[in-house]
Amino acid sequence: MGQISIYMMLLIAVLTIGGFVYNRSSALGKFRAARAAAGGKMVSSAWHSQASYHGYFTAWLVALSTLAVFIIGLVINGQGMVFNGLWLAAIILTALGVTIITGRKVSGTFRARTYVERFIHGLLICLSVIAVLTTLGIIASLLFESLRFFREVPFMDFLFGLQWSPQTAMRADQVGQSGSFGAIPVFAGTFLIMLVAMAIAGPVGLMIAIYLTEYASAGVRKWIKPAIEILAGVPTVVYGFFALLTFAPFVRGFAETLGFSVPTQSALAAGVVMGVMIIPFVSSLSSDVINSVPQTLRDGSYALGATESETMKKVVFTAALPGIIGAFMLAISRAIGETMIVYMAAGKAANLTANPFEAVTTVTVQIVALLTGDSDFDSAKTLVAFALGLVLFVITLILNVVALTVVRRYRARY
Amino acid sequence: MTEKAFTSEAALKRLKKRRGKEWRFRLWGRAAIGFALAALAWLLISIVGTGYTAFQQNFMTLEFELSESVLAPDGTRDPEKLRGANYRRIVQTTMYELFPEVTDRKAKQELFGLTSASGATNKLRQMVYKNPDLIGKTVSVTVPASDQIDQLLKGYIKRDTDESRRKVSDQQIAWADTLKERGIIKKKFNRILFMNPDSRDPELAGIASAVIGSVMILVVAFVLAFPIGVGAAIYLDEFAPKNKFTDFIEININNLAAVPSIVFGLLGLAVFLNFMGMPRSIPLVGGMVLALRVFPTITIATRSALQGVSPSIVDGALSLGASHTQAVFQQKLPLAAPGILTGSIIGMAQALGETAPLLMIGMVAFVTEVPNSITEPATALPVQIFLWSDSAERAWAERTSAAIIVLLVVLITMNGFAIWLRNRLEQRR
Amino acid sequence: MTETTKPKFTCRDVRVHYGDFEALHGIDIDIPDHGVTAFIGPSGCGKSTFLRTFNRMNDTIDGCRVSGQILMDGEDIYDKNLDPVLLRAQVGMVFQKPNPFPKSIYDNVAYGPRIHGLTSSKAELDVLVEKSLRRAGLWDEVKDRLKLSGTGLSGGQQQRLVIARAIAVNPEVILMDEPASALDPIATAKLEALIEELKERYCIIIVTHSMAQAARVSDKTAFFYMGDLIEFDNTDKIFTNPGNDRTQDYITGRTG
Repeated sequence: MGQISIYMMLLIAVLTIGGFVYNRSSALGKFRAARAAAGGKMVSSAWHSQASYHGYFTAWLVALSTLAVFIIGLVINGQGMVFNGLWLAAIILTALGVTIITGRKVSGTFRARTYVERFIHGLLICLSVIAVLTTLGIIASLLFESLRFFREVPFMDFLFGLQWSPQTAMRADQVGQSGSFGAIPVFAGTFLIMLVAMAIAGPVGLMIAIYLTEYASAGVRKWIKPAIEILAGVPTVVYGFFALLTFAPFVRGFAETLGFSVPTQSALAAGVVMGVMIIPFVSSLSSDVINSVPQTLRDGSYALGATESETMKKVVFTAALPGIIGAFMLAISRAIGETMIVYMAAGKAANLTANPFEAVTTVTVQIVALLTGDSDFDSAKTLVAFALGLVLFVITLILNVVALTVVRRYRARY
Repeated sequence: MTEKAFTSEAALKRLKKRRGKEWRFRLWGRAAIGFALAALAWLLISIVGTGYTAFQQNFMTLEFELSESVLAPDGTRDPEKLRGANYRRIVQTTMYELFPEVTDRKAKQELFGLTSASGATNKLRQMVYKNPDLIGKTVSVTVPASDQIDQLLKGYIKRDTDESRRKVSDQQIAWADTLKERGIIKKKFNRILFMNPDSRDPELAGIASAVIGSVMILVVAFVLAFPIGVGAAIYLDEFAPKNKFTDFIEININNLAAVPSIVFGLLGLAVFLNFMGMPRSIPLVGGMVLALRVFPTITIATRSALQGVSPSIVDGALSLGASHTQAVFQQKLPLAAPGILTGSIIGMAQALGETAPLLMIGMVAFVTEVPNSITEPATALPVQIFLWSDSAERAWAERTSAAIIVLLVVLITMNGFAIWLRNRLEQRR
Repeated sequence: MTETTKPKFTCRDVRVHYGDFEALHGIDIDIPDHGVTAFIGPSGCGKSTFLRTFNRMNDTIDGCRVSGQILMDGEDIYDKNLDPVLLRAQVGMVFQKPNPFPKSIYDNVAYGPRIHGLTSSKAELDVLVEKSLRRAGLWDEVKDRLKLSGTGLSGGQQQRLVIARAIAVNPEVILMDEPASALDPIATAKLEALIEELKERYCIIIVTHSMAQAARVSDKTAFFYMGDLIEFDNTDKIFTNPGNDRTQDYITGRTG
């Protein structure tokens, strides 16, 4: 079906271009005729739209109508329609009909350009609405599957339960039994790793932003900034592999020299690597914020005899604080939603602990673990992944919206 | 003048302390940069250090006698029978002949283990299947050595560890060294890595199917995300009335850019696979999911590019009698094009690195064939990296790192081009 | 020159470069110890740049170089061993746009004393803050809301808060860079009255684009044109009987 559909699309494209060429030339012809009739004196303003707009007008209508016929055919006859000569004829006839009818409309007073521009506006609106549809699609699909899950497991048991072992609840007699789907250990693990990551990315990212905006010369900045941005461009799976191959064994070896044993998968290993990944995120957002603090505030502080660091700490930082908080919130949202590093380096087993040297699991790890296995899609085990996804989405949504609002207000102030 | 409060001894002492603090503060800044750069260096060195050797591999050039009695005992050239013939025997015979003194069964098995069993048999099968006339002749063919021998000769399997603790026996080491001296084993550029699809044997595994899958996904994602992203930006910036609904769209787009990528995977799973019933593991769905993931990035970049164009351009066009739409599309958009392109490249680079959403729509399948169309099961480069990283063997770690190097080179090229474009743009302003 | 006391600043051949561009072409001037000195001249004549050399604020601008000699009470303020931090504590500055810090009114005034460690107790600091606010004529207006943000005040109040902030460090000189340009006439009048009071205690140098203001508040006036000091004399003389044609043209509005 694939290839023939492509030919169909090509046919529609050809018909569309044909409609454009035909009506553009017919408009040009009428235009010249009118000018000749007026003794070559007619000014172009007597024509509302340029010839090519008459062409575009036809092209739009041809494309829309033939696509409509194509889709109707698909709906009625299924994919077999592409072999059906009748539908082929219908498409070609529609195109010809539209081309000829619109061709008759070509005249000086016909507002082809207005119509074409309305088409364009309509199309642009449709494209913008896709963003809203995507959000709605996310909410609807997460809600729908989550509700199916909550029919089997009470909402409160999920949100506040302390036992997480969805894999053992797969047997029919165990589904929904109390304790199996308590997500607190998963949330706690997510939180712990986020804390470790922010403990690295927060101070380091902020200091980089401060140094690059306030101290570094333009020449240094030109080299350091892109170098640090490379960290943001490295795919997360690469960080995960690095954590797995190099960093986790390093942490383990380091802990062993100190005399205590650490599992290869630990919240610390995953959190630190994630922290490194988030550094450029924090530093570039903070740089923007610090840069937008007006120079007059710095001058005011310098003029009182403050050093640069005093100015930075006591004036610029205070002024930038709302924006920096916004930046940190976005970074936290990123840390919570990060998947590959934790999946590869943090662990799969739920473990309610505050000790970063132990293995913990996270929301995203569980979603992947529950949905990549071969399993019946309707079991509570897979549906719970959507409930976790819903929690993840809601939390990141709140963080993002609050952070974006804070940052925007902050920008508006300066 | 009277004694100044600021030049008193106490004040100078205090100043010294303040300057100390200033100095330490700067030091912290430098330390932070140093930390980030050191982390980057460690990451790159660790991966390049593990992976660079994978671009060469040890191959054996052997004389195979394609005897008719083994391959076509009944004398026919039926392609189906030729496909199923016993090529393993041929390889075994050739390997045993290398060291005729070996008679022990177990030793023979070890000897056979020097070569990549499936690598050699597959190659011979293909050759004979394509050209049955070869039967009865002796051909000289280059086949990969087994992954263990490859690792040994690259120095990753240490010779001084106890024999029981390594996977290569002392006898095999001696054979491998002899073959190397005799020029039968040679290290060559590793075409397999680039030309082969995935395999269960590390010495035969390549990234070809993953690369093709990634290209397909990116093409689908670009075809969808570019018009959506740019269209939405043009609408919001140029035509949208300032009202609640427009604000809502704007918040939506900004938020979508920060939604965790795995959520898009869940969306794809629930809507494209479960609701619409599209097949799992295909690049079409992968591209659709990633298009939704990256179009907000393109929208945001396009909007800032449009906002960077001086409004006087549009005003000038309007004053000449152009309609607003004409002014935007004919005057403003071409000027914003480099910015839009930069944003799109960055968005595509982001899509190329995404793994989690693809896992959700089942692109973790073991794909041993290069996909031919966007509706055939495929995998993507980052997913391939993820799959390989699961295997503990040294040979896999080497190959995974090599795949990462390829991915990073492509990403750095894309991002570098985008940055270069942006800098050129800024200079022109 | 009728002044007989030692000058506060002695400037010899002061040149300022921004990269390759020379903004000031060798200025020689003696600023008296007391009273108000006004710098006037058309935009871009270098008067603000010159003002910023007195507290080395030009140091914070990339690519800006100052050469020549500026002595303050006989000491070279561009001496390599002199920390600009100390200089700036003695030479306060008020900017075009009021720039209170986004902190409380109290913390704004207390900022300087705190970083310089001028007080040893909270009570002492309270006294200093009140004294500074009083001197800036702002105390009565803000005494009930010291904990509120300084950015919430009106423009004129903000500018007086900035002056209070500068006074709190106990400087000898206050530089004012078009301090009234962002203020309405009533606030400007208050500010000018304040300057009148402050000149008893501090050496004040004010840059202004308003000749009327210069005439009202200053004792001496310097006229700058295209990076050169054209004329420097008592304000009365400059405005009634300028010695230079270009000064005459500017004052009468023929150039601007």
